[in-house]
Amino acid sequence: MKILVLVKQVPDTATQVKIGANPKAIDTAGITWIVSPYDEFAVEEALRIKEKRGQADVVAVTLGPDRAKEALRSCLAMGCDRAIHLNDPAWAEADTLATAKALAAVVKQESPELVLTGRQAIDDDMGAVPAQVAELLGWPCAYWIMEEAVDGDGKTARTGRQVEGGLEIFDVPLPAVLSAQKGLNEPRYPTLKGIMGAKKKEIKDVKAGDLGLGAETPQLSVVALEALPPRPPGRIIQGDVPTAVKELVRSLREDAKAI
Amino acid sequence: MANAFWCVVEDDRKGAPKKVMAEVIGEAARLSGGEVEAVWLTDKATDEGVKQLGEWGARKVWLLENAAFAPYRAEVWAPAIAELAKAQSPRAILAPVTSRQRELMARLAARLDVGLAADCMGLAMEGDRLIATRPVYAGKLLAKMAWAKTPWLATLRPNVFKPADAVPGRAAAVERPTASLPAAALKLVERREEVSTGLPELTEAEIVLSGGRGMKGPENYVILEELGGVIGAAVGASRAAVDAGWRPHRFQIGQTGRTISPKLYMGFGVSGAIQHLAGMRTSKVIVAINKDPEAPIFKIADYGIVADLFEVVPALTQEFKRLLEK
Repeated sequence: MKILVLVKQVPDTATQVKIGANPKAIDTAGITWIVSPYDEFAVEEALRIKEKRGQADVVAVTLGPDRAKEALRSCLAMGCDRAIHLNDPAWAEADTLATAKALAAVVKQESPELVLTGRQAIDDDMGAVPAQVAELLGWPCAYWIMEEAVDGDGKTARTGRQVEGGLEIFDVPLPAVLSAQKGLNEPRYPTLKGIMGAKKKEIKDVKAGDLGLGAETPQLSVVALEALPPRPPGRIIQGDVPTAVKELVRSLREDAKAI
Repeated sequence: MANAFWCVVEDDRKGAPKKVMAEVIGEAARLSGGEVEAVWLTDKATDEGVKQLGEWGARKVWLLENAAFAPYRAEVWAPAIAELAKAQSPRAILAPVTSRQRELMARLAARLDVGLAADCMGLAMEGDRLIATRPVYAGKLLAKMAWAKTPWLATLRPNVFKPADAVPGRAAAVERPTASLPAAALKLVERREEVSTGLPELTEAEIVLSGGRGMKGPENYVILEELGGVIGAAVGASRAAVDAGWRPHRFQIGQTGRTISPKLYMGFGVSGAIQHLAGMRTSKVIVAINKDPEAPIFKIADYGIVADLFEVVPALTQEFKRLLEK
């Protein structure tokens, strides 16, 4: 069984993100880059499927600039067998849909039985790529999965999809796209052996032309990034607990009209 | 109509549109000068549901009623809406942020080859183009975004947009277009309902109480649930509390959990790590209760009390009970 895992490199969650000199982009100086956390769940799930089945070809795929290779190295260190790096200036302005088109093209070329990815990348938080890749391929998709089990002959995946108020268990025929929600699993840390081994694994560079694609007009573009409006200064309510609580409740009702 | 703003209906699966639709319809009316149409895919609509959409301001309801629409499966829904959109050419298609609309709208955007702005917190017409304001990096920054062509697709975050007032007697025309329905690929095995806490859903709640590491253990969340029961609040948790296994992940607020914008957020024993603040700093009023006066959450709080939450929470419950019984 071949599994493609789509990952994105994003700033670490602890990063204080700042607007760059170009107001449409962030200042990338000093940022620690990581594999988007939801994508790590997808990598982990792919590796578990491989371990359970005894064999599988697990391929990490990313679209991004040169630095995104580090994200692929992390996936290889976790245990992915090889990696594909979609790296071309044609994709520098790629929006969600253009990204999905490039990823769908590489999926078509590789024709895996399963595509796993995170529910959203924690930079632009759009959360659209998994569904769009599925749509462009004409494949089914299970969103925000909390559990997954591929059957023995690799024809169906039983998935638990998180919805408001519960979990919907679906049988999804393969090939399909599954998007991982937190809670699906606990991603492993790469071992030293894994990290050393990752250096010898293949990372294939792919250009837009290799997929028969050119530069796409972005369908949605950033006009400008803005800082959040500053919050008005707050007030620490003094006094013993009964007094402070009474004053807090009064303030919330009468001043803030919040309750 | 080519100028219409469409609102994709999220319903309660029992034939009634969810309350959040008043916000989507209200915003669509504001942006379009009243050219609002609802698109409702359901296995069973009710007359009351259609009436409700009309009273909120939908001039027309495109009602696609078919058993094939339940349970929700994107591979059936997306082609049906796309076909109708191609025939009717709406100017925009809006939907609330819910688990299924997130997937459906993304598929629809790919099918129509247009942009989707997900999880918008603001929409505004600038001349004849629509500008979306949406949080990025889990709300550490805002991005203003614009579309290359229509229809403009967007999902709207609950609790942010002003809901439409229901005008009794205002009614929508109902159209029942036929749709070609592809066979469903996904087969529903079962639906596991969560044990209901009786409290509102986290992303929809107007008031959210959040318990952090200061809660000391899973057994103590019951005091927040009691308070939540009194004031009608949802109860969430910080990543530290979720990672410690005290609460299931669906209750996590922050960058790798839910991003919320309630009218009132109250944090108890929440220190305010940057990734938690990212998930709740767009709340209208923020209250912080923490023993540590240096906790970062106090920097963005409107009101703070430096005290032991185990003293404050019962006192708050008593005080609200006393006031609400009056």
